[in-house]
Amino acid sequence: MTGAPKISVRGLKKSFGPKVVLDGLDLDVGVGESVVVIGGSGTGKSVMVKCIIGLMEPDAGSIKIDGQEVTGLKRSEREKLMRKFGMLFQGAALFDSLRVWQNVAFGLIQGHGVGKEEARAIAIKTLGAVGLGPEVAELWPAELSGGMQKRVGLARAIAAKPEVIVFDEPTTGLDPIMGDVINDLIIKCVRDLGATAISITHDMASAHKIADRIAMIYKGKIIWQGPANTIDKSGNEYVEQFIHGRAEGPIKMEVRAL
Amino acid sequence: MAFLARVGRVVLAFFSAAGRLTIFTLTALSHCFRPPIYVNLILRQFVDIGYYSLPVVGLTAIFIGMVLALQLHTGFNRITGGESAIAQVVVLGMTRELGPVIAGLMVAGRIGAAIAAEVGTMRVTDQIDALSTLSTNPYKYLVVPRLLAGIVALPVLVLVADNIGVFGGFLVATYKFGFNPAAYLQNTADFLRSSDVISGLVKSAVFGFLISLMGCYTGYHSKGGAQGVGAATTYAVVSASVLILMFDYILSALLFSS
Repeated sequence: MTGAPKISVRGLKKSFGPKVVLDGLDLDVGVGESVVVIGGSGTGKSVMVKCIIGLMEPDAGSIKIDGQEVTGLKRSEREKLMRKFGMLFQGAALFDSLRVWQNVAFGLIQGHGVGKEEARAIAIKTLGAVGLGPEVAELWPAELSGGMQKRVGLARAIAAKPEVIVFDEPTTGLDPIMGDVINDLIIKCVRDLGATAISITHDMASAHKIADRIAMIYKGKIIWQGPANTIDKSGNEYVEQFIHGRAEGPIKMEVRAL
Repeated sequence: MAFLARVGRVVLAFFSAAGRLTIFTLTALSHCFRPPIYVNLILRQFVDIGYYSLPVVGLTAIFIGMVLALQLHTGFNRITGGESAIAQVVVLGMTRELGPVIAGLMVAGRIGAAIAAEVGTMRVTDQIDALSTLSTNPYKYLVVPRLLAGIVALPVLVLVADNIGVFGGFLVATYKFGFNPAAYLQNTADFLRSSDVISGLVKSAVFGFLISLMGCYTGYHSKGGAQGVGAATTYAVVSASVLILMFDYILSALLFSS
């Protein structure tokens, strides 16, 4: 990473009662860089992302976007800041009560003040960019398969041409072929927009494919980070155990006897 | 000590819940007066709450009016000349008390549950978080339209319920007990004051607010998937029903204290 980071996280802490989820996490993401954060379930990946995009307020620490401190922002300022962001949720999080094109156009109409007809045209064009025809635009989210919902979610995330795109478990719940299709679309969309991307996943095939840099989170801290092509030779026993999916190693699952 | 600790936890949980509800209410109310106001969403909610509740409220009102006349006739038989007061008591009972309370309870069951289930499902499927990432304030988009529509729709429903309830009493009095129709209507019109109707409308506006508020509040804070949404739905209906009966007494005491 060269130059000032697009996103800079320092000493991020977040607890829920006695449970410490983030414990002084540091992470930088460069402009136009694609960083994938890997880690097991419950290690703090989702909480980290929610703090960065303002869905959760951290207990302590600093989050800077384009050099601007964003922790403690007022809601109105946060809404303005969110125009820089697009997010693909794990379950797509499409609005059930709106048709597909209305979902994709939602951010354009509500966040950017684009007229309805223009937004609809952009939505149909964006659906085309993720491999969905105009006939899908009039369907309801419940009429789509899981893979199609993810693609519509991706279209919604990129429709307003955001500067930063966040991907939360983009391939979870999809078959391997559809997972790879989504990975290709993520690479294409991020490249076409020149956007900065943060993804969280525990799908190593996806991480290898979409990442410029991979960081591993464990017990609320980044314990290793480096270029995606060096992860197989990380020399870190935690990373080794995770990427090879071994039950034996320093990461212990708390299992009690029956 | 264990008993005291349990009592302490219950008291703390009560004040914590009361505090959360107060903050939620004040935040929602503050957004009612700040743009953007989603007029289309308010109209859609008005149709959902008002128009689609007409059959159930109308049916309930006609039977309440009919049974009221029936009970009064059998009860007033014990008083010499008491039967002549049936028209007056039916109209007074419907406009001041039964119209608002019965419509409120029926709408609490129908709409309170629907709001809690819809908002709760949006919460557990990340749709509310998705709204925030698309620069849209969930209070303005989800809560304010339902609150405003509830405040306006309930009085309209109660006006309809008042008329249908009085008509129900009229049917029983004239066809079952042989009252003179013209005299019954004349008695009703002569006895009714505008303050009777207005007090019922004021009550119903408050009930509409409470129903929408509890539906939105419980849905907004639901967690844990389908079970959480189910619990939110139950809590919305029960709490709205109890609050309606509580505020019915408080408002009656305030409006009719002189």
